[in-house]
Amino acid sequence: MLTVENLTKIYKTGDRALKDVSFTVQAGQVVGLIGPSGAGKSTLIRCVNRLVEPTSGKIRLDDRELTRLSGAALRSARRRIGMIFQEFALVERLTVMENVLSGRLGYVPFWRSFTRRFPQTDIDMAFALLERVGLSDQADKRADALSGGQRQRVGIARALEQDPELLLVDEPTASLDPKTSRQIMRLIGEICAERNLPAIINIHDVVLAQAFTARIIGLRAGEVVFDGEPDQLTDKVLTTIYGEEDWNAMRRGAEEDSRDNQEAAERMAGLV
Amino acid sequence: MQSVFETGRTWRRSPVLIKDWRWRWGIYLFSLVYLVLAISTVEVNWTRVYEGLDRGWRFLQGFLVPDFTSRWRDISTGLVESLTMTLTSTVVGVLISIPIGIGAARNLAPVPIYLACRAIVAVSRSLQEVIIAILFVAMFGFGPFAGFLTLTFATVGFISKLLAEDIEEIDEGQADAIRATGASWLQLVNYAVQPQVMPRLIGLSLYRLDINFRESAVIGIVGAGGIGATLNTAIDRYEYDSAGAILLIIIAIVMVAEYSSGFVRKWVQ
Repeated sequence: MLTVENLTKIYKTGDRALKDVSFTVQAGQVVGLIGPSGAGKSTLIRCVNRLVEPTSGKIRLDDRELTRLSGAALRSARRRIGMIFQEFALVERLTVMENVLSGRLGYVPFWRSFTRRFPQTDIDMAFALLERVGLSDQADKRADALSGGQRQRVGIARALEQDPELLLVDEPTASLDPKTSRQIMRLIGEICAERNLPAIINIHDVVLAQAFTARIIGLRAGEVVFDGEPDQLTDKVLTTIYGEEDWNAMRRGAEEDSRDNQEAAERMAGLV
Repeated sequence: MQSVFETGRTWRRSPVLIKDWRWRWGIYLFSLVYLVLAISTVEVNWTRVYEGLDRGWRFLQGFLVPDFTSRWRDISTGLVESLTMTLTSTVVGVLISIPIGIGAARNLAPVPIYLACRAIVAVSRSLQEVIIAILFVAMFGFGPFAGFLTLTFATVGFISKLLAEDIEEIDEGQADAIRATGASWLQLVNYAVQPQVMPRLIGLSLYRLDINFRESAVIGIVGAGGIGATLNTAIDRYEYDSAGAILLIIIAIVMVAEYSSGFVRKWVQ
């Protein structure tokens, strides 16, 4: 269980990116974090694994207080928090397998990672994960040889290789086409369900968030302005989060996407 | 549909650096006057230039009929010395540069280490090879050892600086991703930084290899051994045909290094 209490982040420039944010995420719950650009979504999830230092407030994962950790303790907390990135953030010149195995860096000593002699159990897990995300035959390709959707699958496998207790997902679909976006969101959802893994997913696409998450938190200018179930997201709520806009036009666009997607799903089913 | 628009409006690219035309033309005029005055103060001894032309001509003749054979023993010793000096100094220099380059990268090193490493880079870069060579020759005597130290010292400044700049420009997203896995600092360097900078490090090292070879010819003249010493002796003895041969060999080796390093750089991409 993740608990965030009164989290505040003020950047050196004076920007108050987060103001007094509090919420909890239960085991197995997939939370969509929505809000306009600059609302503090990215800052919030980066505060959790301390890629960004929070100014004040507490973050607890189960019983461990994350905001006070440093050095080895911080590294051992980070290794149980998987992160999936917007631009995939794979190390481009390493192979797919090396990228997946880099999820074990927090567990193995330097010499093992340097010589790429990971324990057999780690390698077994990596192969199993590559199979799970559908890339078992790509293990020795260089990461920059893959397509966007494939790269994000490697990113997911890397995060899972950490054997995480929590997934932080930062705009996983922003660099992907609509169909691949839905496939990736579905994959993340399925994996969280399989492992009873809690996840926070930053996502600016409201329709995707509604389709694939169980709970939605809306941020505006660093404050939580909505916290509820996806169907409670009315036009009025969306207007408080994003400001005035024609929300029906957006939904119509999304319906077209989802029709495409359904066809794709049927085709996929035909292949299996 | 026919669109209606106004015609005859003029457009000129607006000046980017200096907006005021008076300043702009003022600066041009000042530069021109300064240039004319500066050139007029250079004293030229035309009779000496005339004599020099004669020597230059003899030099050119030496080039046209290079004599590889009569001083071949000296030339080959010099060459072997130079090549040894070049290779050893590049390898040792690059090995020393790697930790210093990492230390001089602001995104990897804490401030005190950063400042120390930047200071080393600054010292190494502020002294020209010939000056360092003179110092080392005075300290350790004539010969290739002084040359080896000189080139190593110069290599450290060059590679560390460029490596540090390259490390500072890496894709931080990839570094964040590795940090987020709980990796230690060494693992971060090995997994996120090294893959990103390796091709450039190899390219720079090869480039430095051929700079070092050329420099070995220059520092030989001040006593640091190698082909430069041989060249200096040949010129002192007015043996322009041997000197021509040495220069041709230097040019050939630099060209071979140039082509092969281009090939290797393409291959490591």
